[in-house]
Amino acid sequence: MNGPTSAAPHLVAAGCTINEVTGRITGLCTSKGSVHIAINYPALVPLLVLGGGALVVLFFSAVLPKRPYRGLWAGLTALAGTGTVADGLLQWQQLNGSSVTPVTIGDQLFYDHMGAFFVVLFGAATVLGAAISDGYLEREGLDGPEPYVLMLACSLGAVLMADAAGFVTLFLGLEILSISLYAMSAYHRWRAASGEAGLKYLILGSLASAIFIYGAALIYGATGSLQYLGVVSFLADNALFQNGILLGGMVLVIVGLGFKVAAVPFHFWSPDVYQGAPTPFVGYMAAVAKAAGFAALLRVLMLALPTLTSTWRPIIWVLATLSIVFGSVLALVQVDLKRMLAYSSISQAGYVLIGLQAGTAQGVQAVAFYVFTYTFMVIGTFAILGVLQGRGEARNDLSAVRGLATRSPWLAGAMLVLLLGQAGVPLTSGFLGKWVVIQAVLGQGQYELGLIGMLGAAVAAFFYLRVALVMFLAPDGAGAAPSAALTLSSAGGPGAATVGGESTGGEGDGGPGWAAGRPGGYLGSDLHAIVTAGLNARDKALALRPPPHSRVRVPAATAAVIVLCVVFTVFAGVSTPVLSWAHAITLPWSV
Amino acid sequence: MGWAIDVIILLPLGAALALVTLPRAGSASLSRPLALGVAAIEFAFAIWVAVAFKTGNAHAGFQFTTRQSWFGPLGISWYVGVDGISLFLVAVTALLFPIAMASPPVRNSPRAFYGWMLLLESACMATFLSLDAFLFFIAFEVTLVPGYFLIVGGEGPRRAYAATKFFLFTFAGSAFLFVGIIFTYLLVQGHEPHGTVDSFNIVALARGTVNLPVTDQDLLLVAFGIAFAVKMPLVPFHTWMPDAYSEAPTGVSMVLAGVLFKLGAYGILRWGIFLFPLAAVQLAPLALTLGVIGVIWGSVVAAMQKDLKRLVAYGSLAGVGFIVVGLFGFTSQGITGGILEMVNHTLVTGALFLLVGMVWERRRTYAFSQLGGLQRATPILGWVFMVVILADLGLPGLNGFIGEFLVLIGTFITHRWWAVVATSGAVLGAVYLLWAYQRVFHGPAQAVNATLKDMTWAERVAVAPLLAAIIFIGVYPQPVLSRMEPAVDHLVAHIEAADPGFKIPAKARGHGTFVVPKDQVVAVLGASGPAPGGAGSLKTASAKRGAK
Repeated sequence: MNGPTSAAPHLVAAGCTINEVTGRITGLCTSKGSVHIAINYPALVPLLVLGGGALVVLFFSAVLPKRPYRGLWAGLTALAGTGTVADGLLQWQQLNGSSVTPVTIGDQLFYDHMGAFFVVLFGAATVLGAAISDGYLEREGLDGPEPYVLMLACSLGAVLMADAAGFVTLFLGLEILSISLYAMSAYHRWRAASGEAGLKYLILGSLASAIFIYGAALIYGATGSLQYLGVVSFLADNALFQNGILLGGMVLVIVGLGFKVAAVPFHFWSPDVYQGAPTPFVGYMAAVAKAAGFAALLRVLMLALPTLTSTWRPIIWVLATLSIVFGSVLALVQVDLKRMLAYSSISQAGYVLIGLQAGTAQGVQAVAFYVFTYTFMVIGTFAILGVLQGRGEARNDLSAVRGLATRSPWLAGAMLVLLLGQAGVPLTSGFLGKWVVIQAVLGQGQYELGLIGMLGAAVAAFFYLRVALVMFLAPDGAGAAPSAALTLSSAGGPGAATVGGESTGGEGDGGPGWAAGRPGGYLGSDLHAIVTAGLNARDKALALRPPPHSRVRVPAATAAVIVLCVVFTVFAGVSTPVLSWAHAITLPWSV
Repeated sequence: MGWAIDVIILLPLGAALALVTLPRAGSASLSRPLALGVAAIEFAFAIWVAVAFKTGNAHAGFQFTTRQSWFGPLGISWYVGVDGISLFLVAVTALLFPIAMASPPVRNSPRAFYGWMLLLESACMATFLSLDAFLFFIAFEVTLVPGYFLIVGGEGPRRAYAATKFFLFTFAGSAFLFVGIIFTYLLVQGHEPHGTVDSFNIVALARGTVNLPVTDQDLLLVAFGIAFAVKMPLVPFHTWMPDAYSEAPTGVSMVLAGVLFKLGAYGILRWGIFLFPLAAVQLAPLALTLGVIGVIWGSVVAAMQKDLKRLVAYGSLAGVGFIVVGLFGFTSQGITGGILEMVNHTLVTGALFLLVGMVWERRRTYAFSQLGGLQRATPILGWVFMVVILADLGLPGLNGFIGEFLVLIGTFITHRWWAVVATSGAVLGAVYLLWAYQRVFHGPAQAVNATLKDMTWAERVAVAPLLAAIIFIGVYPQPVLSRMEPAVDHLVAHIEAADPGFKIPAKARGHGTFVVPKDQVVAVLGASGPAPGGAGSLKTASAKRGAK
């Protein structure tokens, strides 16, 4: 806990009444009839930077010719994102230095370590998202300022959600974020799937927003306050005879936010939206919408409703278990990589929920670490997918990564690290993330949940490995005729040893060799079985198509993002700074 | 001198990373000498550590330790060191890897093959040498990734299936270990309210675990045990093993059977029995039964195989059963024998897979129906094969005899009937091994088999160190046993101290000359580590509690 009490002597001098515990001003400041609302201006800077960035992009798009320099919009967006990261770090510094009031601006916003942490996260996601969008939009012929304005607005909404200290502000942030994401999902004008994704997300998202706001209204009805501080003080001071309304409100709020983080059973939108929406936006969305949703859930459950911990922990338990089990199992039967990653991110949400389920400060730190590291893994993965799928998102199924190790070994290596990270293999940040969330929940004696989580990880490992297998093992085109491939490979004999691996690297740009089904081809019958395990007939045919012929072209900015994400995933997995940083997060109060 | 251990762990890791960054043009020709050179340096370091290792009861603790805070907030440190239990496992691992690497990569590119092998060596070494539970788990788990890609680089038609099964089985088993380690840590912390236990290091954990309730200890040992049983593999958890071994190329089978097996067996001794001695004594009948079943089942199934490589794979299942029988005897002889059997198993199984690979190189088949009469064309191969088989059978004068003998007498003292049944394994082992030898090398040679070439000089050089080690341990085991005994005696005393109901006869306590004060066992074991509270803090801690 910060010590906010000695916050503002000048306010006391001005005649304000200061609450000893929270450091907030109660009522009006009486000195000379002045109305003084305490504002921590630094708390607003990230919002101003992101909102200002959006306005700057809009302004330039109005005054500049139709097609300015390539990368201008992405550059401006990334600049605003960098500014946000810097703001977040400055906030962290300032919060370390002096004791400041944790709630500010009329109790509407938090100004605390957790907020600063998430500001950095959203800023980084904005930078990464903008950098990978540039090459994609260029390739698809969609370049323009609009998606960047939406992205900045979305990040603004996310910051607002993570910083919100009341349900109204939270709802404001939620809507800014959601509406931007609806539009971004539908942004690919001539892909029908993209429009479908946007519409689906809009309709289901609006429903979820409605549920959320109804829940907030019920909580208001039960406690008489929309601010977390008001709710928690009311519940601390009053024992409710009948708390049905309060519990109903809590459940509805959990449902609304559970929709945002795509926890089972509120996940139905996610595979369709992930599949349809433009790939880099999906990466950005998977990181930001989830992180914002979890930040908001943490705030609401830990700060507004800590008195109901014993009630919401079982609910989160169920959500976590369902998310891990269904996410992992359903990902097994996906042939479309974007759908597969959607289910994968559903199961990842389950792990974050495990950390939340602990309901302790340690759990909060674990959640923060998990979502922060997941941001880099998921954006990196979608960045690679974005360059592999080809123009018009022609290939999203397993065959898109086929033989990648020979076509582009570095890209395959990067993908391998990111996949292993998501599977939770040691020496990656994904492993450390699982370690801290499970340590948090075991600290509460919930070893069943820990065990479910780790066994779910073993199931999930299968589909991550399947992608790795396809990348490393199937460069030949003989897959369409499995029996032929089998006989060829067994007849290949000693010659087989020289084919494949890096010795064929020179043909990586797609000679006739791909389709010809060379002797000594890799695709044995069992590889077939592994690659197509769980798929239906149509998907099997898709998965076994020959790899795309075109050479993989990686735009410079995207390449930089991929490298950054891979380096970060390893760095955060083997060294301590990121973990220590997340462990320094404290909540403004605990009950 | 702790840096020697750091080098042993980090050198292959660094070399693997260097291989990745080699330019593609040079990688094909450079990677092999680089990898073999690094593995040779690694072996030199291991030998140096083994020679410089101090013996005697004063040195029963960990030597060559390094301790460095790693993940500060989680209480995790880079804490490595070696004692008599891990010393020879490290040495044979360092011996086996260069030999395995010298065998040709099959489908992987050279760079990939050597890179994964070096990474695997690093992870295996770290598993044996880590004294921090987190570091141990990381190393234990990391072995899966290179193992997976090396099996996939094999030649059998079912290699992807085998590799995936290997990965998923072990990964699922590790889930229990993962939860078990964290839970142990938290429980120990909960029991030490004054924060004397602040980390995952083995001494601190062992100090705390003896105070835990018995049911907790039992559950935790089961959780640890499942992970290790899958890795070893013990019989009901073994189904991934024959597939993986028979699909992997020769060099990979060697390290899989020779080294990866031992990770599980070593884990159950170091992290299972040592941390939960009371539970280990209670659950010993279960473990011994599984071990005995492994011995008999492995031998019988091996005898029924139609394929030489699968026969060796099932045979190594029997060897693992034997190791477990030794370890869970809880006598100085039994545990020493178990550890020695791990070392022997590494040497013998490694050599067998190497020889089987040589047969494959000549004949391109493992099927007994295609083999036969090789002795005439390849006499040296036949004789070497015979020596290795005899070592496996336990012929006096070869290493297998010492290990089996110690295991059987050690376990006979405390768990008589299991030892009696396990003895039949020696007979069954003779059946399948000699029968295999007979079917491969004797009998009329088919036309092709009569014209095969004998071992080349390169092959003789490859197998010579293994043979030398087999014979050395067989005729002069004293340097090996004298290094193992202090640590093992302490472990036995630790088990006895933890369980007042379990009395080990004096003759089974090492040389009977050394009795450890019960309260100080853990402290002595951790004496060379900067353990908080210093020596005897278990006693002081309990005294403190009593004062309150």
